[in-house]
Amino acid sequence: MEKGTMKKTKSKSRRVFLTGDGAIAEAMRQINPHVVAAYPITPSTQVVETFARFVADGLVDTEFVVTESEHSAMSACVGAAAGGGRVMTVTGSQGLAYMFEVLGVTSGLRLPMVMAIANRALNSPLNIHGDHSDTMAMRDMGWIHLYSENGQEAYDNTVQAFRIAENPNVRTPVLVAIDGFQTSHMVETLTVETDELVKKFIGKYIPSYPMIDIDNPVLYGAADRPDYYMEHKRNQLVGMINAPEVIQQVGKEYGDLTGRYYGLVEEYRMEDAEYAIVVMSATAGSVKDVIEQLREEGVAAGLLKIRAFRPFPADEVAKSLSRTKSVAVLDRCGTGGAQGGPLFLEVRTALYEEKSPPQVINYIFGLGGRDLPLRDIKDVYLRLREIARTGKRGKLVDFLNLRE
Amino acid sequence: MKKQELKKWQELPIGGLILDMGNSSETQTGDWNPNRLVWNEDTCTHCLLCWINCPDASIKVENSKVIGIDDYHCKVCGICVEVCPTKPKSLEIISEEVA
Ligand code: SF4
Ligand code: SF4
Repeated sequence: MEKGTMKKTKSKSRRVFLTGDGAIAEAMRQINPHVVAAYPITPSTQVVETFARFVADGLVDTEFVVTESEHSAMSACVGAAAGGGRVMTVTGSQGLAYMFEVLGVTSGLRLPMVMAIANRALNSPLNIHGDHSDTMAMRDMGWIHLYSENGQEAYDNTVQAFRIAENPNVRTPVLVAIDGFQTSHMVETLTVETDELVKKFIGKYIPSYPMIDIDNPVLYGAADRPDYYMEHKRNQLVGMINAPEVIQQVGKEYGDLTGRYYGLVEEYRMEDAEYAIVVMSATAGSVKDVIEQLREEGVAAGLLKIRAFRPFPADEVAKSLSRTKSVAVLDRCGTGGAQGGPLFLEVRTALYEEKSPPQVINYIFGLGGRDLPLRDIKDVYLRLREIARTGKRGKLVDFLNLRE
Repeated sequence: MKKQELKKWQELPIGGLILDMGNSSETQTGDWNPNRLVWNEDTCTHCLLCWINCPDASIKVENSKVIGIDDYHCKVCGICVEVCPTKPKSLEIISEEVA
């Protein structure tokens, strides 16, 4: 805990009980953005409600724009960010889908803003529960994706996201995702840093080309003909290419202050793992439990948790998994007709250059809030052991906890 | 006007922003139109109604007199033709094949 306090500040970090939504709202209060424009949607509603209360109670200076839809919310965020403000919004699922048109505008204009998302399934059938279909649908919209395992990571990622997005070499919007309900509504004990530490850590925001600087006029959102569009899209990629280094540097700096270090991925018992699961967000917690059980039984199980899905940390993934014998990638999202889930495609591609890559299989799980019991995770490891033993891979893509 | 030099991606400002204000004259915004606007000097009274109504500042004027059309920026919208008071009109749209 001592590590979490800065030299000159007297107050200490606090241990609090908060939901994942509450943890994000608390980070927002400390960040005190210039503008928050949002439209509440389950399961991220509590973030917007709690933050609205902070505004009403005068705890933040934020201009809180209550819009009539998510499309308008993201549009208002674009305007505010182009104006030169530090901006944030919150959404998920259908709300995110409704924002879609503006998501590419945000990243194309290189507007640094942060969007918290409580991951939730997409219609149809209508379902308000958690899975990753919503953010996976926007995986190539030019946003940086950070996924959080629990409330603590939701809080930490929200604070760090501003530093990443606003870095002059990145200048790219960042989304911070938590699992709908599993994390958004679960009350957990977590550490909240002091207001001063967060304020100092994120620093004063210096916008690149604020529109409200009338002495230096600038045009946002010009049209391109075929003679320039490609050059602009290549130029946009610079932020994404620079992001991994910045994400790691910010994660290290944050760790030096709080004791909680962050990278692109988190390896759990991977040093000597023979069988590995790759997964994102809350499910990583369950997998860690299963690993502890299996290790006692002498099974060399490990976990590679992806924190930064975009830009995808291919080198780190390849390095970590190349030592294993077999790998199962758990996607909380359907394949949509692809060769597997989105995470699986990335992981398998990352291993293509390896001399003797492990066998990689894919499981689709947890759609629309479907539970993933620990015994199912255990079965995955046992199958991985069997694949390694026999060399027979079997089905490439399968489902977990599906009635059939 | 000579053909514009196209920039490399490294030379572009971040986010497709345009930082030099009033630089639209550098882009040949009117070169896509298959039609063309022609001006008849003989009937023109230099009332400048076309000049004040043109949305693209494409009526070239010197010393309060029309001197021609800026073909690189005129989009051939016909607004000037509409407002020209002379009979016959001193501005006319012709198709490029004719031109
Ligand atoms: S046709 Fe339109 S753009 Fe061209 S000179 Fe006339 S008013 Fe201007
Ligand atoms: S409106 Fe007609 S008459 Fe008047 S200046 Fe223009 S071209 Fe000449």
